[in-house]
Amino acid sequence: MRPAFSVIFLTTLIGVGQGLFLALVAGQFYWVIGATKVAEAENFYAFGSLLALVFLAAGLFASFFHLAHPERAWRAASQWRTSWLSREVIALPAVMAIITLYGGLHWLEYRPVLMTFGNMKDLDLTMATGYLGAALVMALFICTGMIYACMKFIQQWASPLTVLNFSLMGSASGFALATAYAGFMESPLIDFFAGGAILLAIAALLGRLTSLWRNKSIKFLSSLQSAVGMHHRNVRQLTRGFTASSFNLKEFFHPGSPTLVPTLTRAYVLLAFVLPLMLMIFGWNQGSMILFSLTFLIQYAGLLIERWVFFAEASHPQNLYYQKVA
Amino acid sequence: MTDTIAKQLALVIDLNVCVGCHACVTSCKEWNTSGWAGTLPDGNPYDADPTGVFFNRVQTYEAGTFPNTETIHFPKSCLHCEDPPCVPVCPTGASYKRAEDGIVLVDYDKCIGCKYCSWACPYGAREFDEEAGVMKKCTLCVDRIYDMSLEPERRKPACVLACPTGARLFGDVIDPDSDISVAIREEGGYQLMPEWGTKPGNHYLPRRKTRQVIHADELVRADNPLKKEGRLPRADEGAPSLDDVTSW
Repeated sequence: MRPAFSVIFLTTLIGVGQGLFLALVAGQFYWVIGATKVAEAENFYAFGSLLALVFLAAGLFASFFHLAHPERAWRAASQWRTSWLSREVIALPAVMAIITLYGGLHWLEYRPVLMTFGNMKDLDLTMATGYLGAALVMALFICTGMIYACMKFIQQWASPLTVLNFSLMGSASGFALATAYAGFMESPLIDFFAGGAILLAIAALLGRLTSLWRNKSIKFLSSLQSAVGMHHRNVRQLTRGFTASSFNLKEFFHPGSPTLVPTLTRAYVLLAFVLPLMLMIFGWNQGSMILFSLTFLIQYAGLLIERWVFFAEASHPQNLYYQKVA
Repeated sequence: MTDTIAKQLALVIDLNVCVGCHACVTSCKEWNTSGWAGTLPDGNPYDADPTGVFFNRVQTYEAGTFPNTETIHFPKSCLHCEDPPCVPVCPTGASYKRAEDGIVLVDYDKCIGCKYCSWACPYGAREFDEEAGVMKKCTLCVDRIYDMSLEPERRKPACVLACPTGARLFGDVIDPDSDISVAIREEGGYQLMPEWGTKPGNHYLPRRKTRQVIHADELVRADNPLKKEGRLPRADEGAPSLDDVTSW
């Protein structure tokens, strides 16, 4: 498949925004249950929510460049019964709305207690909104992943690993940003975020390596024999029927050389996972703000490459029909 | 699309008859570029790297090893699947399947040009129109098969009318007595990529070899036991003539 930069930026940017919001909610929960005694920096959650919103809005903005008719984009919310893309179109603004609410409640310091548990801990409105937001964020991860995972004949994508990896990579990059943000705000949650970022990056690395291993050993169900219906052992295309270019040639093949995908695969394993892990551990040890920020930037660059490869490594069965000019 | 439909218009393409002349390709392009839905544009038509939108392509394949090879000319257009994977993925509802005749169409006024439906088609049947910014595809000439101003025998897709060898048949695959259902049933019609469960409406008839088996005893005249060749004696004028008995 041809990697479209609009979709690469959409999926990576909203992943960061979603991950950052999950980190904020997890951080608030961590503080509420009393795991850390130090009070939170002022407006930590409000500004954090704003930062998450910036990433989500940037992703939404990027997505419009994928549409030939962005003025009709509102129609895309109509087919939520059958289309994962339509569900994503609904889930993304819903996530942005609840994050706005979460940040706004923190900003206004409006925290009425909704219920008190037996251990005398309170559930206030901000925490409840956070839980609801986290659930919506998970739903958005599922929608985004399922857009690709539901394409059953693009066999590299048709796996639960696709949904899992979108969630893990988005969360890992969000926690990495949360760590840098917590350092900037001098928040006591910095250790919690750094630990979370490391665990999520390890989980994301394992998930992505598993999908790489799976993709290597895929048995493709379609063949030239089934595509043409000529059940001869030795069938080949003499001509695809035209010498010029076409949509089928541009959309379903990636523009790079055959060696580019393995090269970039090694690059993103290093940039999105291995290097950020080392920097994060080193930065945690040093308590260095610069290293935390660098970790996020390098990991995001690595995830851009990862997403390019995610598209490029997917082989579409229609390519069987477009093998040879003449 | 799990609802059963009453009618499924489709094509049957006889690969045993197709000679790969591309008449269906050009007639399709001509009809659909001058129709109600606007042009099928060609990008850079007279420059380097031209491109263009087509609903129908004829491809050529070869099977076997030289000298025992066989050439297969293979026309490919939208197969109008009974369970089209391109329809449910459309976020706007622009892509739809008509309940009345099973034709899969795109509403060009609703399409946002996200190209997701083309990803969902394993056959590569959909082609994006860069100029209009919408996805386009074979309409089975929906604008001429119901055109009452045409004589009934002309109410067929342009490709079917153009085919000089009669390799393209058009009809309802659900009606068991239609010409194309009979052809599918009796001549081994098959669907492309059946592994994905799309149930294409269009079927293909396979290449067929006509072979004659001649046994050794068939090379010898059974009515000539003495193996004596030559003219048989002339029968009497009034005798009834009998094949193999007289030479006259």
